[in-house]
Amino acid sequence: MGAMLSKRIIPCLDVCEGRTTKGIKFKNNVDIGDPVEMALMYYEAGADEIVFYDITASHEKRDIMIDVVRKVAETIFIPFSVGGGIRTLEDMRDVLLAGAEKVSVNSSAVKNPEIISEGAAAFGNQCIVLGMDVKHVGKSEKIPSGYEIVINGGRKYMGMDALAWALEGQALGAGEICLNSIDADGTKDGYELTLTELISSSVDIPVIASGGAGHPVHLRDVLKQGKADAALIASMVHYGTYTIPGIKSYLDNEGVNIRSSW
Amino acid sequence: MIAIIDYDAGNLTSVSRALFHINVENVITKDIKLIDSAQRIIFPGVGAAGSAMQSLIRLGLDDVIRRAIGSGKPVLGICLGTQIILQNSQENQAKCLGIIDGSVRAFSDIFASKKIKGLKIPHMGWNRIALKTDHPVFAGLKENDEFYFVHGYYPLPDNMSQVIATTDYGINFPSIIGMNNLVATQFHPEKSGNPGLTILKNFSKWEPC
Repeated sequence: MGAMLSKRIIPCLDVCEGRTTKGIKFKNNVDIGDPVEMALMYYEAGADEIVFYDITASHEKRDIMIDVVRKVAETIFIPFSVGGGIRTLEDMRDVLLAGAEKVSVNSSAVKNPEIISEGAAAFGNQCIVLGMDVKHVGKSEKIPSGYEIVINGGRKYMGMDALAWALEGQALGAGEICLNSIDADGTKDGYELTLTELISSSVDIPVIASGGAGHPVHLRDVLKQGKADAALIASMVHYGTYTIPGIKSYLDNEGVNIRSSW
Repeated sequence: MIAIIDYDAGNLTSVSRALFHINVENVITKDIKLIDSAQRIIFPGVGAAGSAMQSLIRLGLDDVIRRAIGSGKPVLGICLGTQIILQNSQENQAKCLGIIDGSVRAFSDIFASKKIKGLKIPHMGWNRIALKTDHPVFAGLKENDEFYFVHGYYPLPDNMSQVIATTDYGINFPSIIGMNNLVATQFHPEKSGNPGLTILKNFSKWEPC
């Protein structure tokens, strides 16, 4: 059997008030460039998709992100998604009309799961990405998978089982899951393979693995062993440690099916 | 001038932006006169077959599309726009335009009947196409070029000579179909980087015989 769908390599840009930043979630953010220029660079380097995460704290300054989305949509011709601060259908509409292919909801969906079904009904399932921040807490009666949903950068535990939430999100109409391990995030020690494999093999929709990428071997592991459909990368390419063509060529040699021509 | 038919089915600006990027004049419109007078038509769409057909009929655009295809001017269908050209769809059991004989099938059904397991639905991401025939709109593509797909249903013409390319996702499904002055892709050329822009560029110059 063929099924030659390529595994996707997706750079993630955190954007604060119109500039790409990098810091340990919500702290020590450093300006690392213009998101439109970086998107163009990654597009030309063979990124399969791009994720923008708006970390602008002030709601009044959200229009800046819409402007960034519009410019990105005029510059690159691959899919990209926007997350962060998406709370209402109106927020979703603004981002999609500005040219994003998908929107992702995370804590707003935890607080109000209907945003998933409403968004899917209004814009189509394929537009709605469920972002999940997850921590390993050990198996318990309340958290049978041993993985719990957290929000606020991992500071607030929600008492929700990650696997149950993934299945509920799928049932509500999410077209994709972006699964971020808070434990692995920022470590550069590799993705959370057990978690990724658990979620990806339990849902029918695609799963993007996030958190922990530091070396191409980590992508190989999460795309093979972790059964992820796509891998999110950030600092390993933002600082030039690795390039997307370099990562893809490594993955190709390791037998991972990737898009090799662009 | 290319008219991109606006029937309230998803975001059409990405097709328009991609055309402007390659310097091709275009307009997103539901104005019947404007569509009738355009040299070329793009019929895109994201969403569900049932509601898309309802919108087309409500806006009087179903006849406009039939007329455009009948007139001999170049027409390009994209994604849902491609599916709607067939007779009916398993999605919402929708009756479609019936320009090409055949139906739109669900991956979930064929995977179940062929006992194919482990493939995610929708088919979302980058995949290759195998061209069955030379076609001016798909000239200049490399064998390993990939295209961006996102769909849970696929077109299946009755007449396999109307299949221009297939793609492998558990089954080999038709990913480009067409006849005469009509070509239609299941993938999104406007989201498929340079190979996709090549297709749009070819379409903007295509003179069907």
